[in-house]
Amino acid sequence: MSEHHHGHGHDHHDHDNHFTDMEARVKALETVLTEKGLIDPAAIDAIVETYETKVGPRNGARVVAKAWGDPQFAEWLKRDATAAIASLGFTGRQGEHMRAVFNTPDTHNLIVCTLCSCYPWAVLGLPPVWYKAPPYRSRAVIDPRGVLAEFGLELSAEKKIRVWDSTAELRYLVVPERPEGTEGFSEEQLAELVTRDSMIGTGLALSPEAAR
Amino acid sequence: MNGPHDLGGQHGLGPVAPETDEPYFHAEWEKRALGVTLSCGAFGAWTIDESRHARESLPPATYLSASYYEIWARALETLLKRHGFLTQAELDAGHMLEKGAEPKRVLKAEMVAGVLAKGGPCDRPIATPPRFVVGERVRTKNFNPETHTRLPRYARAKTGVVEAVQGGFVFPDDNAHGKGENPQWVYTVVFDGGEIWGEGADPTLTISIDAWESYLEQA
Repeated sequence: MSEHHHGHGHDHHDHDNHFTDMEARVKALETVLTEKGLIDPAAIDAIVETYETKVGPRNGARVVAKAWGDPQFAEWLKRDATAAIASLGFTGRQGEHMRAVFNTPDTHNLIVCTLCSCYPWAVLGLPPVWYKAPPYRSRAVIDPRGVLAEFGLELSAEKKIRVWDSTAELRYLVVPERPEGTEGFSEEQLAELVTRDSMIGTGLALSPEAAR
Repeated sequence: MNGPHDLGGQHGLGPVAPETDEPYFHAEWEKRALGVTLSCGAFGAWTIDESRHARESLPPATYLSASYYEIWARALETLLKRHGFLTQAELDAGHMLEKGAEPKRVLKAEMVAGVLAKGGPCDRPIATPPRFVVGERVRTKNFNPETHTRLPRYARAKTGVVEAVQGGFVFPDDNAHGKGENPQWVYTVVFDGGEIWGEGADPTLTISIDAWESYLEQA
C-alpha cells in the first residue's frame, strides 16, 4: 500500500507484541484445537507455505501464455479447461472445475463472486482482499465500468462487458488478449506479461514496454 | 437466505481500493486462520455448503465490517461448537477443558500436499437428462428461503438464456442443511444488464450466473 507497510506483511498491526482481538481469537482457536489433538500446527505451516510459495498467479500466467502460443492448447482450454490446466500440473482445491473465458476485440470478461469469495485458487492462489470485500462484490455486477476505472482500466464505450458471477462450483480464469508486439516471444516471456488482475478481468495483459 | 453476503447490486459500500503489491497476508493471525480453517475442514464433519451458510449467518453488522479471514474464523467457531468439537467456555478460557467429538480425520503436515492437490470435487452423475438445452430461454424463480441458496437476490424472477449445460453438481440448498447431496444439473444462464438492473443499465453489459436446475423454469 505504502512504503510504510512495505516488507512488513502487516496492515495496521504495527505493535507485534500487542494482540488485537482477532489475534487473540484465532490464538484461542488454534490452542484449544491443538491441545485436543485436532489440528497439527505443522500442517498449518505447510498450508501457508503452499500458498505463499507454490500456488499463485504464476500458475495462471503459464496457462495463459501457453494458450497464446499454442492454438491447440487454447482450443483444449476452451473446451475442457480443467483437463488442459491439469496437464500443466495445476490441480486441486478451488480448481476442481475450471472454465476459461477468452477476451476478444468485442468482449471483455470480468469475474466476481457476489455471494462469497469463490476464486480459482489452483491457478491464481489466494484471492486479494478487495476481491472478497463488499465494494467489489456489490459493484462488479451493476457498475463494472466504474469498478474497472478504479483499476485504471477504461474500456471503449462499444466494448461489451460480460460479468461472470461464480455462484456455483465452477471457477473462472480470464484469458486476456495477447498484447501487440510479442511476435516470437517465448512462453516464459509471454507469462511475464500476464498479471493476476488480467486473469480476473480487472486489468489487461501488459505491453512489452510496460513490463520492462 | 437474504443475508449480508448477498451483495450484488448494493450501493454505498465504497470504492474497491485495490492495493498495489498486496501481500498474501496482512497479519500473522490471517495465516493461522487460513490454516486452522482448512485443517478443520479436513475433519469431514461438515460440507463446504454448511460452512458457507455459517459465514452468511453472521450478524449483518459483523459480516460487513469484518475482513474475510475474520468471517472465516467466526464461522469456524460456530461450526466447531455445533459439531461438538469444542465449547464456548474453552474458547473463552483459551484452553481445552473437556474431551469433545472425534473427527474422521486429523490433517497432519505430511498429508497437506496430497489433500490440497486433490481438492473436493463436487460434480456428480445425474441419471436423468438435463431439462433445459443451450439457447433456451429460462426464468429464474422468485423465492426467499431463510435457508442457504446460491441464487442471488438480484437474479431472482429474471429471464435469461441458457448458454451452457455445465454438468451435475451437489445441490447446496439441501447439502448445507444435512439433507444430502441431491445433485442437479447446473446451467450457465446469461442475462442482459437491462433485464437485471432496468432503467439506466449499461447497454453493453451481460451477466451470467451458474444456476441449479430447480432455480429455473421455462420462460
